[in-house]
Amino acid sequence: MSAKRNYGALYAAPQGLWLLAFFAAPLAIIVAYSFMRKGLYGGVTGELSLDAYRALANPSLLAVAARTLAVSLAATALTLLIALPCGYHIARSRNQALRLFLVIVPFWTNFLVRIYAWIAILGNEGFLNDFLRALGVVADPVQFLYNQWAVVLVLVYMYLPYAILPLFSTIDKFDFTLLEAARDLGATKPQAMGRVLLPNIQGGVVTAVLFTFIPIFGAYAVPLLVGGKDSYMLGNIIADQVTKTRNWPLASAISMTVTALTGVAALAFLYRSRKPAPAPLEGQGGAS
Amino acid sequence: MKARRKLSFSALVYWSTIAFLFLPLAVLLVYSFNSSKSGTWTGFSLVWYEKLVFGSPELWKAFANSLVVALGSASAATLLGTLAAVGTNRFRFRGRAAVQALSFVPMILPEIVVGVSLLVFFAGVGLKLGMATVLIAHTTFNLPFVFLLVSARLEEFDSSIVEAARDLGANERQTLFRVIVPMALPGVASGFLTAVTLSLEDFVITFFVSGPGSTTLPLYIYSMIRFGVSPVINALSAVMVAGTIALVYPLRNFLKTFAAQS
Repeated sequence: MSAKRNYGALYAAPQGLWLLAFFAAPLAIIVAYSFMRKGLYGGVTGELSLDAYRALANPSLLAVAARTLAVSLAATALTLLIALPCGYHIARSRNQALRLFLVIVPFWTNFLVRIYAWIAILGNEGFLNDFLRALGVVADPVQFLYNQWAVVLVLVYMYLPYAILPLFSTIDKFDFTLLEAARDLGATKPQAMGRVLLPNIQGGVVTAVLFTFIPIFGAYAVPLLVGGKDSYMLGNIIADQVTKTRNWPLASAISMTVTALTGVAALAFLYRSRKPAPAPLEGQGGAS
Repeated sequence: MKARRKLSFSALVYWSTIAFLFLPLAVLLVYSFNSSKSGTWTGFSLVWYEKLVFGSPELWKAFANSLVVALGSASAATLLGTLAAVGTNRFRFRGRAAVQALSFVPMILPEIVVGVSLLVFFAGVGLKLGMATVLIAHTTFNLPFVFLLVSARLEEFDSSIVEAARDLGANERQTLFRVIVPMALPGVASGFLTAVTLSLEDFVITFFVSGPGSTTLPLYIYSMIRFGVSPVINALSAVMVAGTIALVYPLRNFLKTFAAQS
């Protein structure tokens, strides 16, 4: 570096100030509100209190939290199981551009259009019920929507591309001759996959998990539109507290909890993936 | 040749997944041409397209709002994000780590938390919900992506070129506009496009910060869905999917870079 003037702070200031004002400050307000008492007509009173956090221990809220976690874990696991072979297939294919194109089109199709499509299929007067009735399998429409299974199905549908893309780009960098080497040295196919490929694409797996788990854990629109009252997730509770009940301290406290849990999950996952891969391979790949 | 067998397993999963991903879109497309309102096929018709084009002024208003918000917030985010990326890439300064951290956190925060905190913030400072609050919110969630994409691009190239320009007598402005910006352009462009896409897509955050007169297209679709299945949404969806295909197809050779950055 030559002794030229340092313009760094000047360049970074507009973005820094913007995020300070419209990201950090709102978040700070949420933190503060979570320690205050609910005002009579919404808003907050200035008094400090732990009421909102005490209200978190409410059994029905805990049940929603447990459900949110279960649904998120199930949907993330399913997504990852489907996405891994997909990423592998695209990486090994000779026509990667076409295969990526086919993944990205649904990915770039509007979020609500994709949810709506499932309502049109699974609804009481939807495509599937129509089809089943035409076949004579059922007489009355089957209620496919507004339950837990519909929520998981649609969540997997929504977030599959988020997992496939990072997995593809990591697997694409993997040196496939290593798999052959493992096979030549006597590893079975699953052994070669599990002990040579997987440790070397850990970075992609971590990214895929974070890209699916975090948005699913905070899901709002999917459970609202395809779930029933009994498949509400924490995101729905937050929204209801803000817009309907107008209990901002409670909404803030739940938001803080969701943020903290997401943060802990992300950090734990990132930390775990930092540990050296079980089978470090010289000069190649590495968990990138 | 067991390697082949594994390949066919992954191929099977891949093609089934593609079928799964496209099935709902195909259903919407087919039903958008159905003459009746119900799920039963009653014959081919373009009536819903006609209704979409000529009988849905509110939808077009929402679409116009979406475009204004997308282009406005993407431009603002691209300007601020690019400047910050250039600054943190070329210089070390106090607060550099803070700027980088502050650019990373919004991406890992659940959307609902961002939306609620902005709503509470706007209520607190007394800003009325409307186009301005939607623009502010969209710029905020777009910023980190632009910053990241431009930073990634800047890290790729040889910084000695910048120093060479300075040594050869270019001043800061010349270095910025003649050397750095042209080199960073692919990153800036993908940052802008990503921001436009994210903005057009966003439902959750917009849901909290929009007010009367600032209904975006996703919000409008949401309100239509709440009223039940409407074939006009089928037609709209078909048009949107076609638009997505028309947009993505010319980019197919860059998709690999896109996947690597996402």
